[in-house]
Amino acid sequence: MVATRHRPPQTEFEASPSTAPLAFGASRSAASTRPALIDCDLHNELHGDVLALVPYLSDRWKRHLETFGVRSPAGGFFPRFMDHREDARPPSGRRAGSEVAFTRSQYLDPFRVAYGILIPLSPAASQQNHEFGAALATACNDWQVAEWLDPEPRLRASIVVPIEAPDLAVAEIRRRAGDPRFVQVQFTGRPQEPMGRRKYWPIYEACQEYGLKVISHAFGSYGQPITGAGWPSFYLEDHVGPAQAMQANIISLVTEGVFDRFPDLKVISVENGAGWLPSLMWRLDASWSLLREEVPHLQMAPSEYVRRHIWATSQPMEEPHQPHQFGEFIEHLGSLADHILFASDYPHWDADQPDEAFPVRLAPDLEHKIYYGNAAALYGLGETK
Amino acid sequence: MDLDGHSVGVFHVEGEYYALLNWCPHQGARLCEGRLWSGLESDVPGDYATRTDRAVIACIYHGWEFDLRTGRSVCEPERLRVRAYEVTVEPDHTSDQDGVTLGRPSRTNATARTFPVTVEHGNIVVDLRRTPVSGTVPNGPRNLSEGEIHHTHIPSEGSLQPGGTR
Amino acid sequence: MTSLSNTLRTETPLAAGNVTELIDGDVHNVIPDTHALFPYLSDHWREHITNTLFKGVPETSYPRWAPTTERPGSELPNWRQAGSDLSVVTRDVLDADGLSYAVLCCTYAIDSLHNPDAAIAMARAVNDWQISEWLDKDERLRATIVVPTQLPAEAAREIDRVGDHPGFVQVGMPVRSAVPYGSRLHAPLWEAISRKRLVGAIHFGGAPGTPPTPSGWPSYYLEEHVGMAQVFQTQVVSLVTEGIFDLHPDLRVVLLEAGVTWMGPFLWRFDKEWRNLRRLVPWVKRAPSAYVRDHIRLTIQPVDAPPSDIQLRQAIEQIGSDEMLVYSSDYPHRHASEPSRLLSVVTEAHAARIRSANARALWKLT
Ligand code: FES
Repeated sequence: MVATRHRPPQTEFEASPSTAPLAFGASRSAASTRPALIDCDLHNELHGDVLALVPYLSDRWKRHLETFGVRSPAGGFFPRFMDHREDARPPSGRRAGSEVAFTRSQYLDPFRVAYGILIPLSPAASQQNHEFGAALATACNDWQVAEWLDPEPRLRASIVVPIEAPDLAVAEIRRRAGDPRFVQVQFTGRPQEPMGRRKYWPIYEACQEYGLKVISHAFGSYGQPITGAGWPSFYLEDHVGPAQAMQANIISLVTEGVFDRFPDLKVISVENGAGWLPSLMWRLDASWSLLREEVPHLQMAPSEYVRRHIWATSQPMEEPHQPHQFGEFIEHLGSLADHILFASDYPHWDADQPDEAFPVRLAPDLEHKIYYGNAAALYGLGETK
Repeated sequence: MDLDGHSVGVFHVEGEYYALLNWCPHQGARLCEGRLWSGLESDVPGDYATRTDRAVIACIYHGWEFDLRTGRSVCEPERLRVRAYEVTVEPDHTSDQDGVTLGRPSRTNATARTFPVTVEHGNIVVDLRRTPVSGTVPNGPRNLSEGEIHHTHIPSEGSLQPGGTR
Repeated sequence: MTSLSNTLRTETPLAAGNVTELIDGDVHNVIPDTHALFPYLSDHWREHITNTLFKGVPETSYPRWAPTTERPGSELPNWRQAGSDLSVVTRDVLDADGLSYAVLCCTYAIDSLHNPDAAIAMARAVNDWQISEWLDKDERLRATIVVPTQLPAEAAREIDRVGDHPGFVQVGMPVRSAVPYGSRLHAPLWEAISRKRLVGAIHFGGAPGTPPTPSGWPSYYLEEHVGMAQVFQTQVVSLVTEGIFDLHPDLRVVLLEAGVTWMGPFLWRFDKEWRNLRRLVPWVKRAPSAYVRDHIRLTIQPVDAPPSDIQLRQAIEQIGSDEMLVYSSDYPHRHASEPSRLLSVVTEAHAARIRSANARALWKLT
């Protein structure tokens, strides 16, 4: 039901706009035919990293920054291949994704983005000095308001908080809760403890109180290796790893009973792919069927919690070996297909081009749900304009 | 360089000219806006043999590498390639410039088009519709010595925006 | 990459073997208590164990009374641990299932011992105990060499010491490690495995002292039980990326008790990342899925099956090879479903491969 367009092809394939199912340049005139989309992973980048936040810091923290710099747990660096998408650098020469005007003209307008959910990758959550982390988080959120949300009404944003200091995080959540353009609270990919642990419950309590979602965006950590078996050697491994890390966080959220305590909480996995969701649900249920005595607080099978409380963004979408397997994947998701949200990851190197983000052409109803309907329902955003 | 409505990138590498369709088979990005790299081979973990005679273009989006000479994917050469064009350089008698001819071996009815070209300071200058457009080297290849490889990148329609939609 | 067709890569009746034969690729032999190792320990360690609080390895990845550790019927009288009595294993596994072979996997947690001399001494004792008390007593048995994986050079020495014994077919490595197994730190381990033409056996559990998730320590055993699948994924990524199979083209690695249904979608992602990033690891010349299909095997208990048989079959087919799965009971551990379920949804030829032909090829059983 899903797969009508086949890629990768079965035989030797010579790319050209005329032989390929979907041409980048050739169909540009068709720009207006696709309905608008909601992009659930759009990056507003800090030009000059933390320096972009200096105007938003108090004198006390400016001095601290000048004197000591940002200090996150050290170690864990890999030489990469591609960096940001090379064509996404604004004409000013500043960092890709660091100017709202260029994001608007290069991405929001031509790709008919109705709403974009901003996810800034700031160093706030990984600071060893939690007070400084909180100051950076506040500065980052002020920067988002002034330089992104105010100039561009299509944008929504994630609240940056120092997650490892939950009391400070809650204070920042309360500071932003009155601004409806902040729709969620941002976790790094690998918090210091698995996401379900008691330490983070005050954050979830505040999120539930204000109707904010929680996201975990791939990468970012408090110094832990990307695997459950220590540090790998290559960036390739680092770049497969978020799928495993997010599974650990979902396992933790479910088994700790976070969704029993906070029944309205909704958690979005961002930039981890989604192909692993079916087998994770199967395995959770299998192990729980034998070990449930250990977690008597759970009121239903773990997969049911996943179906009710977990969402996942598309990018980087798995590319099955055979086109029909993408349809199997959607069927294996079952009702969870209503929780898959389109995301581009613009302007990062691994971003998905919105019209090519899936390895097969989606059936129209599924396409509408993933590109728009599922996110509109989750965030309470209006129907297609 | 525009050929039958398709954008084609022309490259001048160590004295040879190559041309590839400016369209990546992965997600349709403008392939030729990517960086040129040496070919990179290895027989043993930890060994990195750079081959300047086997230049590849790495797609501007996700870095898929394609052999400049053949258009074949480095990862899956048997299965995947972008269209490569034959390039010949011939003197253009109407001016002092040489011309680049693009031919398409895969299509017999293709009309090869000739564009005036000069080599200035190691950059190729291709004359599109008699309007000179200076080839640029926006990001010099980092692992090759200066001047060995030059990348002419030719925007089609003068636009660098991703416009692809269905 | 060879499997682009709709059918599995190889489905020839030729190698399917004897359809009734059964080989069990994962049976656990358990050390009853440290005194069982005394005949195989030096005077020094016997005295030390007798006179101090050190009583051998205290760690186990299988909590003593958890419902997953001992299946109903496997319990032994006097609180002795299931799997520690050869006569019961013979009766309930080898004879009851009519096995032609059972491959034992002792998971004694040598990796939890940070004193290198204790780790080496205990590993040697465990292997000598396996030879005398298991391998020498039933010729249907094959076993796993226990090594101090945290000390790769010492592990290699132990492999060289006992690796020629015909009963040992593989080297055990707990899936949880302090550093991924593909790392160059582990080179001596793989060289020794290769040298002795053994199989690398990565098994459930491990006690390296580092957390089992990328976000630190979880609260519940249930989390570790589920999350172990992600650690297996990590190790597969490491082995392929680091070129272990390029360095050792004849090497096979079996994942014991890893789950099965995650493999297909995991390979989709791994292949995708390789297409993007192969330039960082140019020795990886083929798609990771091609390496995995050639070099990695999985035992089928647990399978982590969906409720629907059709979806289970699809998940198996997504792996893309019928040479990878190996039958196992995982005795005495207990799982949510029986291996017969998986065997019932695949083709008969595939089931025959799973029951014995794949195991014969993997461990060179003749
Ligand atoms: S679009 Fe070229 S590598 Fe993805």
